[in-house]
Amino acid sequence: MFYREAGQFRTSYAQDSQIFPLRQDRIGIAIILMAAVLLPFVANAYWLSAILIPWLVLSLVALGQNILMGYAGQLSLGSAGFMAVGAFACYNFILRVEGIPFVVAVALSGVCAALVGIVFGLPSLRIRGLYLAVATLASQFFIVWALDKFPWFKNYDPAGVITAQPIVMFGHNFASPREKYWVVLVIVAALALLAKNMARGSVGRGWMAVRDMDVAAEAMGLSLLRTKLQAFAISSFYCGVGGALFAFAYLQTVEPSAFTIELSFRILFMVIIGGLGTIMGSFLGAAFILLMPIFLNVSFHGVFGQSVDASVISAVEQVIFGVMIIAFLIYEPLGLARLWQLTKERLRLWPFSH
Amino acid sequence: MNVTPPVQSSILQATERAFPFGPPILELSSISLRFGGVQALTNISFNVLEHEIRAIIGPNGAGKSSMLNVINGIYVPQEGSVTFRGERLSEMTPTQAAHLGMARTFQNIALFRGMSVLDNIMAGRILRTHATFLEVAFQLPRARREESENRAAVEEIIEFLEIEHIRKTPVSRLPYGLQKRVELGRALAAEPKVLLLDEPMAGMNIEEKQDMCRFILDVNDHYGTTVVLIEHDMGVVMDISDRVVVLDYGKKIGDGTPDEVRSNQDVIDAYLGVAH
Amino acid sequence: MQNFWFFIEVLVGGLLSGIMYSLVALGFVLIYKASSVFNFAQGAMVFFAVLTFVGVMELGLPFWAALPVAIGVMVLVGMATERFVLRPLVSQSEDTLLMATIGLSFVIEGVAQLAWGVDVRNLNLGIQDEPINWVMDKTGMLISQLDITAGIVASIMVASLALLFSRTKVGRGLRAVADDHAAALSIGIPLKHIWMLVWATAGVVALVAGMLWGARSGVQFALVWVALKALPVLIIGGFTSVPGVIVAGLLVGASEKVVEVYVGPKFGGGVEVWFPYVLAVLFLLVRPEGLFGEKIIRRV
Repeated sequence: MFYREAGQFRTSYAQDSQIFPLRQDRIGIAIILMAAVLLPFVANAYWLSAILIPWLVLSLVALGQNILMGYAGQLSLGSAGFMAVGAFACYNFILRVEGIPFVVAVALSGVCAALVGIVFGLPSLRIRGLYLAVATLASQFFIVWALDKFPWFKNYDPAGVITAQPIVMFGHNFASPREKYWVVLVIVAALALLAKNMARGSVGRGWMAVRDMDVAAEAMGLSLLRTKLQAFAISSFYCGVGGALFAFAYLQTVEPSAFTIELSFRILFMVIIGGLGTIMGSFLGAAFILLMPIFLNVSFHGVFGQSVDASVISAVEQVIFGVMIIAFLIYEPLGLARLWQLTKERLRLWPFSH
Repeated sequence: MNVTPPVQSSILQATERAFPFGPPILELSSISLRFGGVQALTNISFNVLEHEIRAIIGPNGAGKSSMLNVINGIYVPQEGSVTFRGERLSEMTPTQAAHLGMARTFQNIALFRGMSVLDNIMAGRILRTHATFLEVAFQLPRARREESENRAAVEEIIEFLEIEHIRKTPVSRLPYGLQKRVELGRALAAEPKVLLLDEPMAGMNIEEKQDMCRFILDVNDHYGTTVVLIEHDMGVVMDISDRVVVLDYGKKIGDGTPDEVRSNQDVIDAYLGVAH
Repeated sequence: MQNFWFFIEVLVGGLLSGIMYSLVALGFVLIYKASSVFNFAQGAMVFFAVLTFVGVMELGLPFWAALPVAIGVMVLVGMATERFVLRPLVSQSEDTLLMATIGLSFVIEGVAQLAWGVDVRNLNLGIQDEPINWVMDKTGMLISQLDITAGIVASIMVASLALLFSRTKVGRGLRAVADDHAAALSIGIPLKHIWMLVWATAGVVALVAGMLWGARSGVQFALVWVALKALPVLIIGGFTSVPGVIVAGLLVGASEKVVEVYVGPKFGGGVEVWFPYVLAVLFLLVRPEGLFGEKIIRRV
């Protein structure tokens, strides 16, 4: 009875097309955002550094993957590769451009990743499905290899593992977990909003048209070339920014071995479980994948009274993720996001059942 | 006292038309199309006058869909050419056809299954959307204005096609007849000069067919849109089309008004399955 | 002369890996030919098959008893896959099925590790893995009996599967089932029996591939990523062509080894990680249906 639409009229198309047409949703989102900003004052450093920051960062990468796979329908297994491009680009920009603000470096890194994404997205013009997935595997393996073997990227550092530089903007060093969290929060929230705008507008319709029926889309005047490459570019931009944040705000190191094919598969799972073709799904999926090992650890501890071997946890994790993917694909292809939407719809009727 | 002598009804129709027939907007010359060893079309030539409703009919497998696909560039014929408004096009592509002002529906419904009715028809406004992705992302004025204008135009079409009640429904949940109507709406959204309809009434009951006929006639009457349609229902063809092309085994066996074609012996033989 | 024999050694090594890739790829082809589904989990199945085999032997069963047990387990895995993964998704798009088999591969890998643990195991097939002395003396090449046996066994399997498909009644039945289930049923082809046969064969193939590979490099999780190499092989060879997969496997194995040894050192190595994939992409752009595959025409 709290979540009612009664009395809320939309008298213009602009009103009808808002992201949150219901007043309750708008209030809800405002509360969530305020909570997100104030969170560092109650959360401890562990939660911030080990859970919240990686969750935000990986949600951003999952968003990129969702744009490419969920909206534009291009199967991709190379997201970690584009993350790596972003991370190394950011390192090099900060290294070689004196006094560059962190945000600018991150944005430029995203652009670099976008350009690489366009190049490796070219095969999508002729191939699709599994074939395209293999082409993206090629990009994943090649990019990580190239970043590792050409010493220029690492500034000829013989150590192999580079420490990420501090995050510096407007003369301030954002060093503490709290400050890093805020930087990440602002960047991720802003990019998520932009993604939502694109997805709901003509850009998103173009992507989905290519995904659902590209022959019809072409017959309507859509340029498949431009739309697909644009999807690859924007998606890689998001992955690249995510990669830069991953290295600078989370790992604190810049190394190719952090961006493996296993990470690409994790991102894939986030997107499938979270919900293909939804913005919220990226956040839900990332949370699910990140929190599962912690949840398992705690439960096993509770049930068996002792810490369980890490390899067992990771094996159980694998089984659960795999089963959930299959289950979601069979029963609810739109993933957790759709389950959330259904819950909201039931809430609108509550306490009535229909 | 002057009494106007009775005139033939077809001439009366011509003078009552809001958009009298213009010059040929489409000309197909000597089109031949092969797929590997299969000859789909052989030496087909006909024209389509501006503002007319032209039907393509023929038994199953006659090559009607292939003909339509050639017109809008999905198939490229090995021989022959397509001329649009007097301009001979050496190779038509679907995108080019769209830019020239052709819109179409497909035999097996090519709607965007993951989108709602509204989004599907909005997608038809692609050529009237010039805002770049950055403008859309940042919701800059041009993007917002275009979205508003397109939405207004699409709402007009939704009203015209009487589908207001399902505008937010995902198209995959709609019954077949309504899906076909949505597909017509998507084609109309492009404000085309030539509308290519591939069996727009297949699988519909009488009422739905009557509605579709009404929509097609209205579009032709109000906007002067030229219509080329493939149709099996003879009643519909006789009722709404101005001229008819008959195909059989990839060859043209009839070309004229519905009455002329109906009395053509070759056409009768083709439909009755007489060996020829 | 040394250089020439060295090149031959590299080439032979590459061909031997290649024939193993072909063997793994054949498992994919089998499933694809019978169900038009690309089973991403094939690599995980290779791993699970050989791990089960070794695990069962550790529990005390002799070699010749462990074999049918392992094969039986694989048949069960196959039937379960068909029943719980493929059948519910039968009308979905190719992409959806692919994602489902990716999920399946993780389930199988997880179960394998839970059941048998994560230790690396050695598989002793009773065949020597030392370089054969007289070959080494004469030519300087380091090739062991195991290498040669692996090559021979793999070649025999590949050849028999090729013959099975093209010459026998069963093979024709398989191809009919792949083309059109309903039509196959309507002419009396026993669908369930065909399925069991397909999964059993795929299981045997997976087991043999796993055994040969495991004997050379140890039975460990990395096997799964090796199986991923079968993907470029399938693309280059064509998904439905058994001879294509054979040729492509040899091509991929040989080329990746040669490039790694002769070009790799300039960059610090690691070229073979990506080379087969890039090769596959180039093939895709030039000849999407692969060397021997069928051209796909999309009807509008």
